Order: sequence, then structure tokens, then C-alpha cells
Amino acid sequence: MILNRSLDSFGNYCTFMWRSIGIPEKWRVFFRRYMDEIAKLGIDSIPLILIVSLFIGSLCTILIKLNINNPLLPRYTVGLTTREIILLEFSSSILCLILSGKIGSNIASEIGTMRVTEQIDALDIMGINSANFLVMPKVLGMITIMPFLVTICMATSLFGGYLICVLTSIVDPSTYIYGIQTMFIEWYVWFALIKSLFFAFIISSISSYYGYTVQGGSIEVGKASTNAVVMSNIMILVVDVILTKLMLQ
Amino acid sequence: MIEVKGVEKSFDDVGGRRQVLFGIDATFYDGKTNLIIGQSGSGKTVLVKNIVGLFKPDVGQILYDGRDITTMDGKQLKELRKEIGMLFQGSALFDSETVMGNVMFPLMMFSSMSVDEQRERAQFCIDRVNLSGSEDKYPSELSGGMQKRAAIARAIALNPKYLFCDEPNSGLDPKTSIVIDDLLSDITHEFGITTIINTHDMNSVMGIGENILFVNKGHVGWIGTKDEIYNQDNDDLNNFVYATDLFRDVRRYRLKHGYQKG
Repeated sequence: MILNRSLDSFGNYCTFMWRSIGIPEKWRVFFRRYMDEIAKLGIDSIPLILIVSLFIGSLCTILIKLNINNPLLPRYTVGLTTREIILLEFSSSILCLILSGKIGSNIASEIGTMRVTEQIDALDIMGINSANFLVMPKVLGMITIMPFLVTICMATSLFGGYLICVLTSIVDPSTYIYGIQTMFIEWYVWFALIKSLFFAFIISSISSYYGYTVQGGSIEVGKASTNAVVMSNIMILVVDVILTKLMLQ
Repeated sequence: MIEVKGVEKSFDDVGGRRQVLFGIDATFYDGKTNLIIGQSGSGKTVLVKNIVGLFKPDVGQILYDGRDITTMDGKQLKELRKEIGMLFQGSALFDSETVMGNVMFPLMMFSSMSVDEQRERAQFCIDRVNLSGSEDKYPSELSGGMQKRAAIARAIALNPKYLFCDEPNSGLDPKTSIVIDDLLSDITHEFGITTIINTHDMNSVMGIGENILFVNKGHVGWIGTKDEIYNQDNDDLNNFVYATDLFRDVRRYRLKHGYQKG
């Protein structure tokens, strides 16, 4: 029963995405919407990213320092480990889990409200491919802006770690800086950026799907919004495992 | 002119299929306000959705000046939809756009006009529905009646040949309802549009009903004009139309005094 329903939903999702892919009706309108989505979904998320990253970077540094007390380990291990955690997981996967809450619910509730207030029907009646018109700018906008958000997250998190070193002296700041430069593997940055593209697609497309298929009223819009976030989170974790296995081993 | 021929429609329901429309035959004329009336759940919204192509009928034909919408491919349907304007029950204005943005939207998507020409045309439509001065307001800043008028302006922006209105007076006070009815009637006559209004507002029926289709339990219950509605002897229609004391009194008065017109 559950398997049937899941397969049914997946089939509907694929059909919906197939409808969404296509050449825009008017490039000028598409470009305007694309830029709007970048601003609304991406640029507007920067304050949240800055705050979360700053604190997570600081926390990572404190917790690693507390748990690595072995005198045999070099002191720069704190910086090095903080960097690896941030590059490999936090800046892409955890950030996207956080963003799926903000962006995913935003997309699902926006499109869901358009559905229940007949705005999507109005687009269809006009002869516009509503799925393409609404979803394409969001998906492409998210894919475009996500690597920048991840880069900001990386830099801010590492800066958060440095700040806590300066403010509390738990680690000498110069040792921390040395740690984050030591044994640096550039591929880890690319790995995070590539993962973020997949996550951007997952968040925007799944949330759009749940919003687009809403039937009913405000309660259903709320449910769709919750389901969009839950499903996006699950898919981010599943894809994270697959990509880590494929790209790091 | 839109002709509906033998349209039937059913849906999946608990325990099998549930038939909503049973062989509907009707004609909707150019330059006239064509009303579809009937009780809630009688199938009139399903009929309208079939006519505009949001649903596909199980059986039957829907001819737009001879062009059958039920056999059109995606491209033909898209072309036809450029000739259709629709006013939704909840107005369905785009929240993120101003009144001007909403009215310009179909022009932006489908016309080859320059931005200045689009603005000029949109301004004409806004002026036509007496909404001048509200161009820069967002839908949330407008009253229900103003939203309806903005939606009408958007619906007529592309000079449609066919205009559909789903419950245009729902949620409006009687005075504003009359304004909307008069506006729809004027626009219909002025531009020679085939206007189809789905309503159960009896004031609209008596005010602007030039061609009335009464849908009863998915069947054609009665067809006529607002003048004929007083003199007919269809029990289902009478139960629907004269459900209120006011309209019963009006009918009694008219029959007593021998009014046939007006």
C-alpha cells in the first residue's frame, strides 16, 4: 500500500517535472521571474546563512577542542577538523536541510496558495504552461544561487571558528589559521558545490510539486508545506549518502 | 457562438463512477449575456470547466464557432485560449503584481505590442472598468468589487471573443453586484463578446439574462430569457428561481398585472 502510494507520487512528480521542462513562453518574462527568484529565494536567505554559519563554525571549534585533548595530537587539529566538517557536510548538506525549511515552505505555500485561489487555473486558461511558468524560474534560480550560498557559508563558518578563538583563546588564532590551511584538499570544496546543485534541485522541485498539487484550502496548503520540507529533507539525506559514496570513495 | 452538443461527464467516486452531466445541449450566442444557472451541485461549474477545456467531456462536442475543443491538440487549444477571457469566483488576480501588472500580464505574454502600447491598452481596460487611480495598488489593497473589476479588465485585455465568468457576484453586496452585472453586460454588447456567466444570483438572472440555461441535476432543465422566466411552468426552475418570498411576490405581481416584458 505504502509502496504503491510512493510509486504513484514519484510517477506524478516525474510527470509534473516533465511538464515543467520546456522553452519559456517569453524569455523577457522568464528572465525577470528568474532574477526575482534568485533575489527572493537566495539573496534573502543570506542573513539566515550568516547567522547560522557563524554560530555553527564557533560551536564546531569549541566542541572539537573539548573532545580532542590527546597531547599526541597537534594543536592545529582543531582548525583542520573544523574545516573538514564544514567543507564536507555542514556547508552543503546541513545548510540545505536548514534552507529547505525556509525556502521549501516558502515555495510550497506560495504555489499552493496560487492553486487554491485559482491563480494557476487563470494561467492555464490563458494558455500558459503554468508548471513551466512557475517552476522553471525557481529551479534554475535555486541551482544558480546555491553554490554562492554554500561558498558564503564555508567562509562564514570558518570565520566563526576564528572569532571564537580570538574571543576565548581556547585555541591560538594563528594555530587555528594554520589548521584550516593544512592538508587542504581542493576537491572537497568542489564536492560541496556539486552536492549543493543536487540539493537545490531537490528543494525547489519537490516543494513546487507539493504546492502545485494542493487540493482544498488553507489547511491543505499548510500540510503541503510541511510535507514539502519533510520530503526534501529525506531526499537530501538519501542523495547525500549516494553522492558521498560515489564522489569520495 | 459556442455550441454544446450532447456533453456527458463523470468522475471517479467512492464505489465507482459518478455521472455529473447527462447529454447537455445548449447554444451560447455572440453579443449576449448567456447565463448558466442551477442549484449548488447541479453540475454548472463542471459544465463551464468542460466548455473552457479544463475538463474533457466523456461524450459530446463543444464547438467554438465551429471549432471542436474536444478534438484539438495542445497547439490548437493554446491558440483558442488566447481568444478566451475568464473571470474567476475569487478574482484570481496575481498577488505579486499590481492592478496594472495584472492587466498587462496577458498582453506581455501573448501580444507583440511594445511595453508602451501594452501600458496604453491596459490603461484603457482599467479605465473601462472604472478603476482609474488604482493602477499601482496590489490586489490585497482592493475591495472585493474592485478586485472583480480588475479581473474583468485583465480578462478583456486581449480583446477576447469569449468571456467566462464563474460566480462574478459571489461575496459582493447587492449594489456592487449590480455594478459588476452592468459592466459585464455593457462589455458584452460593446465588444460583441460571447459571454457565459455561471451564477445562482437571481438578481443577475433577472437583470442581464438574455439567454438562460437552467441546469438541473446534470440535465438541461430549461432554456429561455429573463422575460420568459416569469411565465414558464417548469416546477424545478420555479422552485429554484422563486425560492425567496421576494421573487415569489414579484412573479405574482407581474402575472397579476399582465407584465410580459421588462
